[in-house]
Amino acid sequence: MIRPPWALLAEVTHACPLHCPYCSNPLQLVRRSAELGTADWARVLDEAGELGVVQAHISGGEPLLRPDLTEIVTAADRAGIYTQLVTSGVGLTANRLAELTTAGLNSVQLSVQDATPARSDHIAGRDSFDDKCRAAAIIREADLPFGLNIVLHRLNLDHLDDIIRLAVTWGADRVELANTQFYGWALRNRRALMPGQDQLAAARETVAAWQKRLGGVPELIWVLPDWADGVAKPCMGGWGTTSVTVAPDGTALPCPAASSIDGLDAPNVRDLPLRWIWEESAAFGRYRGTAWMPEPCRSCPSKETDFGGCRCQAYALTGDAARTDPACRLSPDHHLVQPTPGTAPLTYRMPQ
Amino acid sequence: MNAAEWRPRIRRGIVLRWDGVRESDILLMPERVVVLNPQAGQILRLCDGTRTAADISTILAERFPNAPVATEVPTFLRRIQDQGWFA
Repeated sequence: MIRPPWALLAEVTHACPLHCPYCSNPLQLVRRSAELGTADWARVLDEAGELGVVQAHISGGEPLLRPDLTEIVTAADRAGIYTQLVTSGVGLTANRLAELTTAGLNSVQLSVQDATPARSDHIAGRDSFDDKCRAAAIIREADLPFGLNIVLHRLNLDHLDDIIRLAVTWGADRVELANTQFYGWALRNRRALMPGQDQLAAARETVAAWQKRLGGVPELIWVLPDWADGVAKPCMGGWGTTSVTVAPDGTALPCPAASSIDGLDAPNVRDLPLRWIWEESAAFGRYRGTAWMPEPCRSCPSKETDFGGCRCQAYALTGDAARTDPACRLSPDHHLVQPTPGTAPLTYRMPQ
Repeated sequence: MNAAEWRPRIRRGIVLRWDGVRESDILLMPERVVVLNPQAGQILRLCDGTRTAADISTILAERFPNAPVATEVPTFLRRIQDQGWFA
């Protein structure tokens, strides 16, 4: 019996005003003309609720670029699904947020790239810090649960003290300090973004000191990259066990990065019901459980904990999605994730 | 807090609902789902900001005359308060 998913990542568009060089969207971005329409999203959310999804991240790209975002949130709310808007903050007005909240929006996650306008805008690839500052005030004023997400890398890790101070000033309830994982655009920019171990060690101490000082308000979540400690992560809580991603064109994926895996033959919600996709499709069954595993995973006591790590990272680095995640120190490919920091120009996320 | 005055209410941004697929009450909040056992669900459904903690114990004592409501309900409410899930 296949247990139902808890969460849906709804990537409602790949369009985005920002150009972050670590973006988790695939290199091949979906064009706006290929996006699912309002009725399709409403149906997908309804099917998701029936299937057992109780949380949805309404993400992108920048979801605020969808003029029908309110209808999408309404459909999620009707399906009993708790919604989080994942936004750059660009284009968020008090009126827009009020409309979304009335439609049932439950929480907001805002991104920021660094602690000062010049540095944040440099990473984002456009002026956006002032918009984010305004967005933070609007979210706070609306009294919604407010998460702030900062992707960390070589260019901003040394400013962590200022970044946490900014999060406190902006009034975030929860601060995700997420070290870059290297696939998609981040893999392309690995040389420029890969931090040194000394940077990570100092940052870890900074976070621990702030956690002690703040006593949980806001809550600071430090997400260490898997390559740094040689422990593979249970990607998406295990392939096809916890979460389903629907890309802007309706492609259903066990992980947002999985569209890069050749031969996955990912099903599309335009053609098939979400329940069939989750329970019956070859793509969702492919790396579910432990039967597919090679050594050293097959005989490893951690196989029910980390599920062999990230399939997309294994594919990106070795060309074989069924190999042990190179992030694991027991992987024969572990040398592929050793830090090789250096300086390199940033390749900004752009339509190809 | 005084059980005769405290009127516990689930905080804004946290949703308590019945999950028909898993046949459990659940609490939904950012990045987190808490699956409640039937007792926890019963207690939290009474925490609507109108009833005092004492009222809640009284109601549950009537519903479950043989259960150790007088000790367990206040302990549970304090735990939820410590988690920061009440307003």
